[in-house]
Amino acid sequence: MIKRLLILVPVLIGMTIIVFSIIHAIPGDPAETILGQKATEQSKAALREQLGLNKPWLQQYFTYLGDLAQGDLGKSIRTKEPIAKEIMPYLAATLELTITSMLFATFVGMNAGIISAWKQNSWFDYIIMVIALIGVSMPIFWLGLMEQWIFSIKLHWLPSIGRMDQRDPVESVTNLYVIDSIIAGRWDQLWTVMKHLVLPSIALGTIPMAVIARMTRSSMLEVMKSDYVRTAKAKGLSQFFVVYKHALKNASIPVLTVIGLQTGSLLGGAVLTETIFAWPGVGRYIFEAISSRDYPVIQSGILIIAFMFIVINLIVDLLYALIDPRIQYK
Amino acid sequence: MGKPILEIKDLRTHFFTDRGEIPAVDGVDLYLNPGEVLGVVGESGCGKSVTSLSVLRLVPSPPGKIVSGSILFKGKDIVPLREWEMRKIRGNSISMIFQEPMTSLNPLFTVGQQITETVRLHRGVSRKEARSITLDMLKKVGIARAESIIDEYPHQLSGGMRQRVMIAMSIACSPEVLIADEPTTALDVTIQAQILELIRRLNEERGMAVMMITHDLGVVAEMCHRVAVMYAGKVVEEGSVHDIFKNPLHPYTQGLIQSVPRMNETRERLYSIPGNVPILSKNMQGCRFAARCPHMMQRCLEALPNLKEQEAGHSSRCWLHETPQEDAV
Repeated sequence: MIKRLLILVPVLIGMTIIVFSIIHAIPGDPAETILGQKATEQSKAALREQLGLNKPWLQQYFTYLGDLAQGDLGKSIRTKEPIAKEIMPYLAATLELTITSMLFATFVGMNAGIISAWKQNSWFDYIIMVIALIGVSMPIFWLGLMEQWIFSIKLHWLPSIGRMDQRDPVESVTNLYVIDSIIAGRWDQLWTVMKHLVLPSIALGTIPMAVIARMTRSSMLEVMKSDYVRTAKAKGLSQFFVVYKHALKNASIPVLTVIGLQTGSLLGGAVLTETIFAWPGVGRYIFEAISSRDYPVIQSGILIIAFMFIVINLIVDLLYALIDPRIQYK
Repeated sequence: MGKPILEIKDLRTHFFTDRGEIPAVDGVDLYLNPGEVLGVVGESGCGKSVTSLSVLRLVPSPPGKIVSGSILFKGKDIVPLREWEMRKIRGNSISMIFQEPMTSLNPLFTVGQQITETVRLHRGVSRKEARSITLDMLKKVGIARAESIIDEYPHQLSGGMRQRVMIAMSIACSPEVLIADEPTTALDVTIQAQILELIRRLNEERGMAVMMITHDLGVVAEMCHRVAVMYAGKVVEEGSVHDIFKNPLHPYTQGLIQSVPRMNETRERLYSIPGNVPILSKNMQGCRFAARCPHMMQRCLEALPNLKEQEAGHSSRCWLHETPQEDAV
């Protein structure tokens, strides 16, 4: 366990090197971006001096690493605000959306996969697999726009954009609005917050749902053929118990891997969904930083996403050990 | 003895595959008396495992299906039973142990969880009671450290131990019939003897009838009261262990017995029956064994002989023992 945590250190350092190098390899002058094209050479040079951009890049890197070790992600060039503080609300927004999307994707995807495998070659199986195929191949932006058109504009069932009704803002503590509104005891707000989550969660969760459904199905089909499933049947257990207890636990390990990977990719790759649903998440925060060559923000954003990815993988590894007694981490 | 506890009549279990309909079990008749150990012997692919799975209605479906015939358990046909009625029989009145103890236990549940599950399901007892029954069973099958084994996972146990656990699980609800499908094939010889001894003891102490599926004539000689020899989906000879070994009637049985190596004779090579088990199909004609039989006659290719009683309690399916006059009647 401790060994696994220690492995994180070189991985994180490697990550900073990669992130740092990529960003610096991209052409474009941040000083010019900040000051505008009409700025004089002197003022640009002065700004580079001030930001340390004129130093050799190895030195820039170590300065950055030193600050990072102290929890200082630097300041945004655009807003002059400390990034660690600025990114928090965005991070929370992304986290909230990712969690609901993955809950939806996991619940629907796994059940669809399980029943598909259980009733293999039935019409249910065929329909689910066709839906799953459509799900993985559907462009997210199109799905998002269709949802908005049908459920917001035509039917007026759900709000189309944002996290919350702007006229009645949530009192922020954690920036996770679901939790904030529960803390404040505002159940009406909780309801509104949840309604805002529905459409973006479905848009974002559809691909993971389809992937999870397919993975669950194939994993279940494999397990259903095993001897211990036959034993479970020979004991007189009902098909439901055989499937949901004996088979599912065994089939869930590869599914868990997929869930972990999908969660990781949602954390960073939600720019499209966030844009369509005006969701103030990390994806858009980084996207804006990229457009304005806000190096420190880009670096920090990517670093944080990568860090979360690693943490999720660590959690998945720990869950393996919890499910399968044959896996042990010393 | 009274009425048989289990009686299989003209059972046909076919597999519907891309290559056509395969009659894996093609009209099998068997009976098992209370308290008796019946050996079902034959080569791989002769249909003995499918027969045993059919009894619990556990033949994978699709592609397998019981096409016709009946399986009478205590006089009641269980073939037409609904799935929920069948579940009350499985693991409770008729239970089964399998060939592969390594893979037949669920790797993610403890031994205790797997056994108590059966006990609670069929007996409806409390968690605590189920656990004490489980401990009891584990001790009965000769597991010394039952108190610690009960909380261990299958991968922590040896093959022999796992098979003991399987047996403990199958007898936990005191079934009247135990079907043992090659229970010792995957085990070391010394462990084999222990497991067989255990099954025999359970048979004697509890009066539990055992249907012993095996390809090992040694196991049969050691364990069984009666034997049914199967070949290509059919029973070809059936009788008491004594009769079968002393006076095998069917050429296939004779071949099987001949191919067992003996201590008291020297042979250059082990005897083996020439040829292979035929590929089963629906259009087979004549005796299934004809192609490999040293006594093959024209008649054997044309028509299938019936399973006929030759002497008291000893029947065989062979034209050699049926005179043409009888045939004409």
